[in-house]
Amino acid sequence: MSSEQLQEIADRVVAQARTGEQVEAFVSRDSETDIRVYEGQVEHFVSARSEGIGIRVIRDGRTGFAYSGTLDPSAIADVLAEARDNVEFGTRDEWAGLAEPDGVAVIDQDLWNETLAGYHTDRKIEIAKELERLTLATDSRVRVDDSNYADVAAEMAVATTTGIRRNGRENGCFVSVGTLADDGDETQTGFGFSVGRSPDLFDLGKAAREAADRATRLLGATKPSSKRVTVVLDPYVTAMFLGIISSTLDGEAVAKGRSLFKDRLGDQVANPILTLMDDPTNPLAYTATDLDGEGLAARRNSLIQEGVLQQFVHNSYSARRVGAVSTGNAVRGGFKGTPGVGCLALQLQPGTRDQAALIADVDDGVLIQSVQGLHSGVNPISGDFSAGASGLIITNGTLGAPIREFTIASTLQRMLLDVVEVGGDIDWLPMRASGVSLVIRDITMSGA
Amino acid sequence: MIDQDVLERVLAAAVRTGADFAEVYAEDKRSTSVAFDDGRVEQVTSGRDRGAGIRVIKGDTTGFAHTADLTETGLAAAAEAAAAAASQGGGGARTVALTRSPVRTVSPIEQFPDNVRKADKVALMARMDDAARSAGAAIVQVSAAYGDSRKHMLVANTDGVFVTDEQVRTLVRITAVADGDSGMQTGYQSAGLTKGFELFREVNVEELARDAARMAITKLNARPAPSGSMQVVIKQGSGGVLFHEACGHGLEADLVAKGGSVYRGKQGELVASPLVTLVDDGTMTGEWGAFGYDDEGHPSQYNVLIQDGVLTDYMWDYLRARNEGRPRSGNGRRQSYQHLPMVRMTNTYVLNGTTEPDDIVRATGSGVYVAKLGGGSVNTASGDFVFGMTEAYLIEDGQITEPLREGNLIGNGPAVLRDIDMLGNDFAMGNPGTCGKDGQGVPVGDGQPTLRVKSLTIGGTAA
Repeated sequence: MSSEQLQEIADRVVAQARTGEQVEAFVSRDSETDIRVYEGQVEHFVSARSEGIGIRVIRDGRTGFAYSGTLDPSAIADVLAEARDNVEFGTRDEWAGLAEPDGVAVIDQDLWNETLAGYHTDRKIEIAKELERLTLATDSRVRVDDSNYADVAAEMAVATTTGIRRNGRENGCFVSVGTLADDGDETQTGFGFSVGRSPDLFDLGKAAREAADRATRLLGATKPSSKRVTVVLDPYVTAMFLGIISSTLDGEAVAKGRSLFKDRLGDQVANPILTLMDDPTNPLAYTATDLDGEGLAARRNSLIQEGVLQQFVHNSYSARRVGAVSTGNAVRGGFKGTPGVGCLALQLQPGTRDQAALIADVDDGVLIQSVQGLHSGVNPISGDFSAGASGLIITNGTLGAPIREFTIASTLQRMLLDVVEVGGDIDWLPMRASGVSLVIRDITMSGA
Repeated sequence: MIDQDVLERVLAAAVRTGADFAEVYAEDKRSTSVAFDDGRVEQVTSGRDRGAGIRVIKGDTTGFAHTADLTETGLAAAAEAAAAAASQGGGGARTVALTRSPVRTVSPIEQFPDNVRKADKVALMARMDDAARSAGAAIVQVSAAYGDSRKHMLVANTDGVFVTDEQVRTLVRITAVADGDSGMQTGYQSAGLTKGFELFREVNVEELARDAARMAITKLNARPAPSGSMQVVIKQGSGGVLFHEACGHGLEADLVAKGGSVYRGKQGELVASPLVTLVDDGTMTGEWGAFGYDDEGHPSQYNVLIQDGVLTDYMWDYLRARNEGRPRSGNGRRQSYQHLPMVRMTNTYVLNGTTEPDDIVRATGSGVYVAKLGGGSVNTASGDFVFGMTEAYLIEDGQITEPLREGNLIGNGPAVLRDIDMLGNDFAMGNPGTCGKDGQGVPVGDGQPTLRVKSLTIGGTAA
């Protein structure tokens, strides 16, 4: 089934709208391959296809929604009936409504890669095996926990009674490897990634080296004592940090009074060296996309410019509430939900120096290699930030002993202001943010 | 959902190319959810998820495919894809004869969610919103949610297993935001059981809402949490996640088998304070992680993992039990028909000790009292784990005093288990949880009596 056929299904639903109803149909079809190799054998091979439809009906300011994980015509009729029935229970909301065409042209990024679409299964397996071999060859202390190849192909179509009619398709792939390094009774872990529009673009050697280094360099790690330090975040950790920052810039959270930056537009919220944008139109980003979850053109938005808060991100609903226009930031977790608001592909304006140069300027600090518990110890509403961490001590510009079982803590507000330097070592990751090394001072490290 | 003769033919076809094992897992789930935010019912959602996942195992290789098409043609195509994935050749015909097992009802349901009017579900939300907002002028925002699901599942495999199970879940949750001079704070509460709408005869939604509001308001006066190692007392029913992370994941046989757990090879050894007896119990009536059969068709079980501090057993699924030539333990679970099963916890809890909870606080000169924990995570290979404290207080001179801001605690599993030096007699189960592993979320429960850990690192900012 092509994207055009999905479009026809969406169109047929929208054509059934009754007078006074707004109707949106979102139809998608995904296929995924997930291969895991262990000790030279395929441990599992998952070949998955899923499809479904989500229908939103709005009448008199009330919203109802229903979905089904099948495109069977009788199921679609049930979904429309259920969505209509659910309208009755919604509360009237003067801002409720679907997106409307906004005249912003779609930047066609050619996110469909034919090489990947035609890639033979045996070669995918071979890539995962090769990654395992390369990782094992780096260091005799390293074992591989799992070596993975994954790809996804997604097609979607959206149609609304307000005149939106768009469809598209994209595919992408990545490899990842998880490592264990042993020394006596002690075991430490590491991981490495490589992403690409096509398997030919993977850098398996880099993924293998990083996975091995992360695990081996933590061997012998001890628990540090508590003190204030400067931290250098590894690009992967920075990407996770940006994901949290993005939830404070969510226009819906702002409209509902739930963002710590709600009254701060135009203020200096970060160090002037920090410029943050959301750019889903950069095809290097793993989450690059042509369309947002409401079918509007995805676009580049500057969020923080030289430390000054420029704008929040919006879908059509949150924009209407605050008297703004959608920034093309409707995000949708597939056909099972209505669009929320979120960043699509965050990116910090990179600096010029590599991580080694950043470290060389730190007298007393820690290179943070991984963090744990961002979902449990960070509150984007209060701004409290506390995360478990592991990494390496930095003394007088030199990397030293490994440390683990400690936390780093501050507040999101202070961390943005305390950024000292942004690295130039941009790393594309299978996440909604790209990574770059980031130096932040005055972080509380808690240990023994 | 699918006729027995169709299942037998599909399974026979799946092993025709020489596989050792094939399995069909099918589900048909209907769900309803209500999203309430900012004083409005934003949306009622109805969902239907229906499909089958087919797993074929040959040697050490598992092939898996799934389909939303439950006709024989749809199932056969998925079986062929799974078999092709598992195998490059071989051959041989095999017939499959299924023996239907009796239905096991672990959580009897009184009011199935599909027999309850949507209006009654929606009405809960406004009551929660009112109760939270009435709790204090500082409450500036409230969001609440209701969700229910009724799932029919079926498992059939080439060993002749054929079971069906019906799983019903009902849940409410609420987040209140309070605003004050020091910024915003949040409070959260939830209740969820493997029950129908009768849940609300035992759960008072207004009380739940007031508790979330109280938590947010209390934290407006919270001081930064301390930084460093200290004694930590964890309130009954709030700290089961500590065991879930400190040792639960490390006792999952798939992680143990690959040498990715600090508890590997420790069976029969003292791994925890002798005060600790830890159980994983899928049979616990009504609890969030309970079921009749696991997602590989094995009956749920009561499994003792640690007895008086000694590691007695790991948790097992089909694959790991087969490799070790031992019985399964009813811990093979998956998120949906689109996912492969793996070893997962169910309801994991610590049995009662003998100390009065007040005596535990009184015996603690200084430290932190954690009244509510958030989520957590663990690195099973190193044993290092974190968990968040969403409501906590200082303990000074044996008294609970000032509230603290949020933060993570960090510890090392084996060390923390040994450092549990007081265990209360006030066992309670905690909030419904979702456990994430390898990209899949499954519902789990946890519980414990009030307890003390003599040294844990608090990840705050205060010296």
